[in-house]
Amino acid sequence: MNTPFLAAVLHIARKDVQTELRSRELVATMGLFALMSILVFSFALELDRQARVEAVSGVLYVTVVFASILGLNRSMTSEREGGGMDALLISPIPRAAILCGKLIGGALFVLFVSVALLPVMTILYNADILQPWVLITLFLGTIGFSVVGTILATITVQTRAREALLPLVMLPVALPVMLCAVRATTGILRGTPQEDWFVWVQLLLVIDVVYFGLSLVLYEYVVEE
Amino acid sequence: MTETSPPIKALIQSRALNKAYDLRLVLRQLDIDVLSGECVALLGANGSGKSTLLRLFAGMSKPTSGELTIGGWDMPREAAAVRAQIGMVSHKPLLYDNLSARENLRFFARLYNVDTAVREERIARLLDKVGLAKRADDRVRAFSRGMQQRLSIARALVHQPAVLLFDEPYTGLDQEGAATLDTLIAQARDDGHTIVVTTHELERVPRIAGRALILSRGRVGYDAPLTGTSSQELVAIYTDVTGMTRERER
Repeated sequence: MNTPFLAAVLHIARKDVQTELRSRELVATMGLFALMSILVFSFALELDRQARVEAVSGVLYVTVVFASILGLNRSMTSEREGGGMDALLISPIPRAAILCGKLIGGALFVLFVSVALLPVMTILYNADILQPWVLITLFLGTIGFSVVGTILATITVQTRAREALLPLVMLPVALPVMLCAVRATTGILRGTPQEDWFVWVQLLLVIDVVYFGLSLVLYEYVVEE
Repeated sequence: MTETSPPIKALIQSRALNKAYDLRLVLRQLDIDVLSGECVALLGANGSGKSTLLRLFAGMSKPTSGELTIGGWDMPREAAAVRAQIGMVSHKPLLYDNLSARENLRFFARLYNVDTAVREERIARLLDKVGLAKRADDRVRAFSRGMQQRLSIARALVHQPAVLLFDEPYTGLDQEGAATLDTLIAQARDDGHTIVVTTHELERVPRIAGRALILSRGRVGYDAPLTGTSSQELVAIYTDVTGMTRERER
């Protein structure tokens, strides 16, 4: 009897969380990178208070997308080097379950790092970032980056230039996610009326759904050979 | 057999099987039958198509044309059913080195939907069988290559597959590790598993396999039982088959 789809997804995600809790490799790498990035931006931009509020959402999402690239690349590389991906591919579970499991695991780590950044950014940029809609937008943005990153990292990890290739292919594809997330977050932080920025949150949700649907369709072809 | 069950002739059966990457044909018109309980050594030079054929058997790759059935299930139409019958041991351990031996087996048992009631008992029995019962809760990263390969065999057996595929399993093993692997393959063969093993260690083949199948440039160059064949004779046949091909190509 084959493993139910949802059970397979949860087994894979749980395995990723379990291995990360042991090694703390991904979260530590992503977290340190993200911390360094926001510190560098903070000192380099030398902005006044108003300009800092304007810049904070851009800094946040640029940091999160690069941290995602770093984490997903590392995660997929170790999965491939140990043969873990081959082990998943020879098991009788749908390919989509592998994608969803890896996606949940990856998104959890990126989300953890992203949320951990917010209090630091609040202090450094003197902006009230810890707001419910900022968190919702950050959640949707993280899901978008993770969806795009998981499928593209699966492709690029098979190449020799994987470290350089993932950012090159991921940044253009992740640009719509970043654009919507930055616009929405900037609107929220400026305190503009909800109807001015809410359309960006809706658009972000639509992009996430479209990218996720495309990934489900394409993943089987990506892992086939 | 009921009318709905698939007709089983050979456990693994291919007819006019072709596999191409882009325009390059890697496997050409392969007609192969592997009977239930057989242990077949799949031999050939690098690039002859051994690993590609094993990937097809494992359901990791789809044939470009031709027929492939495993246990009567068609690849790629019934790929999940095919994969459920396959256990694979590769030159890579296919394990997670931050998990313990027991956790690795538990994860794969869950992926293969092994019944909860028998899961832990089976894991304990397999760890004992491969001599890792005392290291069951140690992380795999602390294991030697030989221990990882033994655990890899336990992983391949955790769902009690009909077919075991070994892809260059001796790679990186010392003499003792290779001898242990011989014993485990022989045990699996005696337990009734159908086995296909690819290797370049020709001197080991007559000890573990009952039949040799030599691939040359994607075609079957030799296919015969190994009864009474010494390792020296097999080396001579291998050199002859692969050498003849090179001669023909000049």
